[in-house]
Amino acid sequence: MSNFTKKQVSDLVKGSLDWDTLHMMLSMPKDKERYANYMSVLQDQVSWDDKIIMAFGPHLYLAETTADKTLVTKCSCGHDFGDYRTNWKLNALVYVRDDEEKMQEVYPKLMAPDTNWQVYREYYCPTCGVMHDIEAPTPWYPVIHDFQPDIPALFDWLDLPAPVNA
Amino acid sequence: MTIQEKINGAGTRPASLLPSGLTLNDHRNLILKRTEETGHYNGLETLEFKESDPIGYERIFSKLRAGLVNSREVAKKIAASPIVEQEGELCFTLYNVAGDCIATSTGIIIHVGTMGAAIKYMIQNNWEANPGINPGDMFTNNDCQIGNVHPCDIATIVPIFHEGNLIGWVGGVTHVIDVGAVGPGSMSNGQIQRFGDGVQITCRKTGVNDTPLRDWLHESQRNVRTPNYWILDEKTRIAGCHMIRDLVEETVREEGMEAYEKFATEVIEDGRRGLVSRIRAMTIPGKIKTVAFVDVPYAHEDVAVPSPFAKVDTIMHAPCEITVKPDATWRLDFEGCSRWGWHTYNANPVAFTSGIWVMMTQSLVPTERINDGARYATEFRLPKGTWTNPDDRRTAHADAWHFLVSSWSSLWRGISRTYFGRGYLEEVNAGNSNPCNWLQGGGINQEGEIHAVNSFETAACGTGACAVKDGLNHAAAIWNPEGDMGDIEIWELAEPLLYMGRTIKTNTGGYGKYRGGLGFETLRMVWGSADWTMFFMGNGYMNSDWGLMGGYPAATGYRFEAHNTGLLERIQEGKSLPLGKDRDPGQCELEKHLGPDALVKRDKQCITTEAIFENGDLYLNYLRGGPGFGDPLDRAIADVENDLNQNFVLPEFAEKVYGVVISQDKDGTWTVDGQKTIAQRGAIRKARIARGKPTRQWMESERQRIIDKDASVQVQQMFASSFHLSERFLNEFKTFWDLPASWELKEEELGIPMFGAKHHMDLSELPDVHPVIMTEQ
Repeated sequence: MSNFTKKQVSDLVKGSLDWDTLHMMLSMPKDKERYANYMSVLQDQVSWDDKIIMAFGPHLYLAETTADKTLVTKCSCGHDFGDYRTNWKLNALVYVRDDEEKMQEVYPKLMAPDTNWQVYREYYCPTCGVMHDIEAPTPWYPVIHDFQPDIPALFDWLDLPAPVNA
Repeated sequence: MTIQEKINGAGTRPASLLPSGLTLNDHRNLILKRTEETGHYNGLETLEFKESDPIGYERIFSKLRAGLVNSREVAKKIAASPIVEQEGELCFTLYNVAGDCIATSTGIIIHVGTMGAAIKYMIQNNWEANPGINPGDMFTNNDCQIGNVHPCDIATIVPIFHEGNLIGWVGGVTHVIDVGAVGPGSMSNGQIQRFGDGVQITCRKTGVNDTPLRDWLHESQRNVRTPNYWILDEKTRIAGCHMIRDLVEETVREEGMEAYEKFATEVIEDGRRGLVSRIRAMTIPGKIKTVAFVDVPYAHEDVAVPSPFAKVDTIMHAPCEITVKPDATWRLDFEGCSRWGWHTYNANPVAFTSGIWVMMTQSLVPTERINDGARYATEFRLPKGTWTNPDDRRTAHADAWHFLVSSWSSLWRGISRTYFGRGYLEEVNAGNSNPCNWLQGGGINQEGEIHAVNSFETAACGTGACAVKDGLNHAAAIWNPEGDMGDIEIWELAEPLLYMGRTIKTNTGGYGKYRGGLGFETLRMVWGSADWTMFFMGNGYMNSDWGLMGGYPAATGYRFEAHNTGLLERIQEGKSLPLGKDRDPGQCELEKHLGPDALVKRDKQCITTEAIFENGDLYLNYLRGGPGFGDPLDRAIADVENDLNQNFVLPEFAEKVYGVVISQDKDGTWTVDGQKTIAQRGAIRKARIARGKPTRQWMESERQRIIDKDASVQVQQMFASSFHLSERFLNEFKTFWDLPASWELKEEELGIPMFGAKHHMDLSELPDVHPVIMTEQ
């Protein structure tokens, strides 16, 4: 098993890791320590103190609040989307590209879906405007709750104590 | 693990092929019973051989694996079909007596499962009594109702004996260029039932004493349009199988039968443990929900089908709930899928369950040890009656990939969320392109022969973005990890189509912090044919890939074809010619170089059936890009600048989507202004906040649309079809939208034909047929 430094993990997150090391990460058995290094790197990137437990996206985290140890979904800007068990998208802003004009703002004529078949739903942070996700379903489709992690089981795999409210 | 085999009576018992005296079916059932009882393949709670003699164990594995790969490389040189010889659309796999895969070659490894399913079908349906299984026999299968993906994948299966006992099987598969379907080409449209899907062979004994039977040779050649390719493909498969059989015999001589037999079961338990170990090492336990769609636009006038009940627009729906369990096994449940349809995109459960390993070898199981062990660590649920487990024996499957790749793309996206969550960013893949267009057709070619074509340029579409880098441009397809677009010169030999241009396809990769890989486009002019047809096959009104974590889906497809072009006259007159580079389809660049009477079809109808093409007519083959990752406003400025200068993105969309402020110098070089871009990106984020609605508020208006039944017929048909098959999906839908208890949606309301919705007949209803079932349904 390979071990990688926090600096290397930081470079990975930034997208600046050299190819040789990246290739090693791809080809060697996974380093169990990655989780701790990754969390530490992510924590350094945000201005708030709640403890990051997991990443849901480049700007979206599962965090344990310092105040009462509850687990929330949180934007890198600090916006709190609420309990992590609730789909964060329901507490986001959504912009639906549901006609040809809106589609042609993002793709040339003939290269975007026909909105009688498919729409794009862009989910934004209400505070900073970062786009956390895009769904591309048919009209009517329920908002998808992409991922509901089993936190205690993960921490068991990691041989680490689980957050108290997991 | 999912073990759903039917245990059948033994039927007429021949002399046993096994030293135990058991029938092959009883032997297999014992393995399944031990596996089900212990959770370990064949009850192997310890890997005695591997642990006591690891070098001996690895020696056998290495020898077999190397031999499989070598046999593939040697055998493919026999083939003349560019699909096999250029694109590598072949695979050889070694099985144990029970038909479980031990090891496989490189190539189209979906067939680990499909050929295994054929062997299991022969075992379960008592082939050993009739037609008999003897040394030197060859069996041929391409039956989609047994487990084959589509009829053009022809498998040759050879039993391996040692001292009179069966010790295993070897299978070889090639993707042939034509199977005599209604539409020419290997994955054609036009037919809507099995009865037009080309010749289908059900585990037929086609050779004895290592020699193909004469009746088989005569019959099979005349059932296809391209007999020369067919014959050489068969020789390819036979040669590879016999090389591997020799290798197994040599291995048994060197290592001993006892060691080989132990290896042939332990390696599968080893494979099962390997997947469990990787799931634990890389993923996060929990539930992941994902979904995929594919447009089936059959109401259009350019889709000619033999039956009026197929002339409807429908949408394939493939929701999936992935459960990664605390014991590091996983379950994939496709509850809610839409019904099978009157088209060629239906799939069977084995095609689905075997195919996902093609994809997972690129992240979850990136080893040489692909075998049936991974399947035993996985629970699949594919509800009966859906497109991926039809309950009717009439279904067509010629382009099952069209639906399969789309549903798999969503799995890739889903499982990537867990890699990302733990920090294994290097493994993240936003998905894959739907590898298309499929340029197909046929007629009389430039050699004056009956011919059919299927351009496998598709094997080099754009790949999905990673969380640390862009997707690869014109690089690969999900169904074959060794992507290759093929040489122009070879395609021009194989097809009466000259290349007017081949270039990267602008704006096709999904935008993102890391963009999807771009596809490419080739403009082909018909030349030298006598009678020639072609058609299109791909996604157009929808795309089946999504982006990931803020990245956009790739661009959708469109169609360009031109007739009565005047090109032959323009060539003589030295006038300008269309040379590809249809960078912005709204600008109609290609039409600027055609004669005044040209008839052009430029639209989103990307599925068509045979249309007549004369010499001088044009066909644009647009190969799709991959989806993007992350918010495009996070893309590095230097990367956007490079995209502009490489024609990877049109300036308009660099400005609108990437938020860059750009200028172009007199030499045409683009420059991005860093400071102004930072300000512009801030303004775009503010604009997003201004135009976005709180999701719950938007849901109220969408709910009203549902109550008003305000959606296209195809969208309503998709939901009605899924509701009919899945009460759970219906209830979840109604709960989410808080619909009245009385709300319902039935296909009967939509005024479209519903053939197959209520009345159907399953393969299992045929006399003396015992299908092999390996998934929950």
